[in-house]
Amino acid sequence: MNLLPLVLANLRRHRLRTLLTVLGVALATFLFASLRSVVTTLNAGSEVASASRMVVTHATALVFPLPMSYRERLKTVPGVEAVTWANWFGGQYGDGKLFFAQFAIDPESYLAMYPEISVPADQRAAFLAERSAALVGKGLMEKAGWHLGQNVTIRGTIFPGDWTFTIRAVYTPTVRALDDRSFMFQYAYLDERTEHRVTPGWYVLQLRDAGLAPTVAQTIDETFRNSSAPTKTGTEKAFNQGFVTMWGNVQFLMNSIGMAVVFAILMVTANAMMMTARERTGEVAVLKTIGFTDRTLFGLVMAEAGLVTLTGAVLGLGGAKLLYAGTAFNGFGMLPGFDVTAGTLAIGFGVALLLAVASGLVPALRAARLSIVQALRHVE
Amino acid sequence: MIPFAYNLRSIAQRPVSTTMTALGVALVVAVFVAMLALAHGFRAALVKTGSPDNVIVLRRGADSEMSSGLSRDNARLIATDPRIASGVDGRPLVSPEVYVVINVPRVVGAGLSNVVARGVNAEAFTVRHTHLVAGRWFQSGRSEIVVGKKVAPRFAHTAIGDTLRFANRDWVVVGQFEAGGSALESEIWGENEQFMPVFRGDVFQSVIFRLRDPAAFDDVKRALEGDQRLQVQVQRESAFYAGQSTILTGVLTALAMMITSIMAVGAVFGAVNTMYAAVSSRTPEIAVLLTLGFPPRSVLASFLAESALIAILGGVAGGLLALPINGIVTSTTNWNSFSEVSFAFRVTPDLLLGGVVFALVMGLVGGFFPAWRAARLQVVQALR
Repeated sequence: MNLLPLVLANLRRHRLRTLLTVLGVALATFLFASLRSVVTTLNAGSEVASASRMVVTHATALVFPLPMSYRERLKTVPGVEAVTWANWFGGQYGDGKLFFAQFAIDPESYLAMYPEISVPADQRAAFLAERSAALVGKGLMEKAGWHLGQNVTIRGTIFPGDWTFTIRAVYTPTVRALDDRSFMFQYAYLDERTEHRVTPGWYVLQLRDAGLAPTVAQTIDETFRNSSAPTKTGTEKAFNQGFVTMWGNVQFLMNSIGMAVVFAILMVTANAMMMTARERTGEVAVLKTIGFTDRTLFGLVMAEAGLVTLTGAVLGLGGAKLLYAGTAFNGFGMLPGFDVTAGTLAIGFGVALLLAVASGLVPALRAARLSIVQALRHVE
Repeated sequence: MIPFAYNLRSIAQRPVSTTMTALGVALVVAVFVAMLALAHGFRAALVKTGSPDNVIVLRRGADSEMSSGLSRDNARLIATDPRIASGVDGRPLVSPEVYVVINVPRVVGAGLSNVVARGVNAEAFTVRHTHLVAGRWFQSGRSEIVVGKKVAPRFAHTAIGDTLRFANRDWVVVGQFEAGGSALESEIWGENEQFMPVFRGDVFQSVIFRLRDPAAFDDVKRALEGDQRLQVQVQRESAFYAGQSTILTGVLTALAMMITSIMAVGAVFGAVNTMYAAVSSRTPEIAVLLTLGFPPRSVLASFLAESALIAILGGVAGGLLALPINGIVTSTTNWNSFSEVSFAFRVTPDLLLGGVVFALVMGLVGGFFPAWRAARLQVVQALR
């Protein structure tokens, strides 16, 4: 016998209650997906890192520069194919409300090292040709409303003074998790305009083979251990992860909130199911009298709970996926490549199933175990 | 008015449904209180770091101590300002400071973290309102350091007697200080003259001094910023640190509001369901009340009160759920100084009250339509 029409009819009896419960589950799964995506997006940031790239920084702290002479010495380390370097500029644009990262890079070697930074050939040539040219991410261009050829002035906080750059090139990241809001310019320009000699903030190495990373790191750090600028060499992934962990325990925070959200909505759905079941005590008894088995009645309640939570989950998870993809949400620039992954969706549906079981189980068991005589005694 | 006892007894009649609805609200309030306690804690740690009678001088254009730099000449010149307070020994309460961020290995979880290493002089402990909790202060001319009391539990080699190696030198930890829960407790302090040569050379990052009269701040600011020999910016220390907390506190507060308002909608749905069920199962009772002469207004008020009561129970429970996190220490990065700051969650009475008010709003919103329906019941139909 097809019982689906009965389940649907039951759900339609309290239309408002069903609707509110479905929407409640939708909101909860939406929030759950959003919170989890913050974590997965932060982690994805370190996943974009190429396994065969390494970053060399000053052992004491990132803020200390490394000598320029290290470039040649790093090149001779076995396994290292290419070396590039960059510096953090840390300037302020306008009133400081629009924040973006600025790097001084050695243009040719840097762009060769990062094929993910895709620049049209003519713009690339224009950027390389001009000392004060800037290469700006597509996202930042849109956000700031800049156009190619425009002059942009940034006030240096580490390197004092007003710095004017001409935007000559725009890059598009070929991987979503790569920040499309960075501002890059020529290292030579920084060096030229600063009174004292500027030395690199960090070096990036391209390895012949990712497997060589531990040996290369050890060789480099040993070499410079007792110099005036000892180094810390690690994979690019570890370097990026270092920044993620600096936020603190985001994962724990997001997971705890996610749990609270799920429990809160469990209360709402379970309550709705219990109220529904209580109101139907009489008719469950009647169904039993006319020959419905305990198992069928158990199934009927569970099916109802399942239908409510899964519809809610489809709305909530689908809504999250479409909303974030449609608006290209990036956490106000803090979460580039924000994405609700397939894994998150799967876990979301798993949570919805658990919700269905947890909220339906007690009323379903009660319906299955109901004694006809007891129940009908209450029917007027 | 319909007696409130009627509502109390009605609620007691359906304990499961009441508990579940209240718990739904409670969880929303718990998240609300917990997230704001996080934001408050961070803000409090930074605000406490600065004192309103202290002044911090940075190089003009620098947005933090990290990007600042002041020469010895500048520091000496600033120290001569007559508005600077004197200590008990008659020396001016000025601390020219070296500021660097160093990598220190964590105890919990592998890896390194950024910790502030601050080079100070003997006056700094007075100027900065810090007190020793163990050991002694470092001695001038020695490779000795003292650490904030939140440093030792989190970082390796930072207990008293340990040797911490940084900047190619070994430093002996000789003491531990507290600073009223402020961000300074996450710092490592040594003598400025010792830190200078091993870090950034002959330059201070900031000069901090105590004002003889806090009201003289504007005068000092005008004098120092107008001095052609100096290229500096002058801020009240309290404003400087409060400014560093605004972005992260803002982000956390916005996040808390966003998450809890979405959750609140879910909880309101729960309240609506519960109250509609309550109204429909009590239809005959409502009819009796109306027949007895209670105006619809009273019925409306009575059901609203019932919904509000359930929500407030939830609000109180939520506050209690969130209470144990008060004082738990966590850490994040102060992106202005690029260093790790430890701080404690702060559940304040205001926050708890806010949570209960939030719950009350959820209850009133959720109860309104069901109560409206109850008030508009037709007696004849209801009694049929």
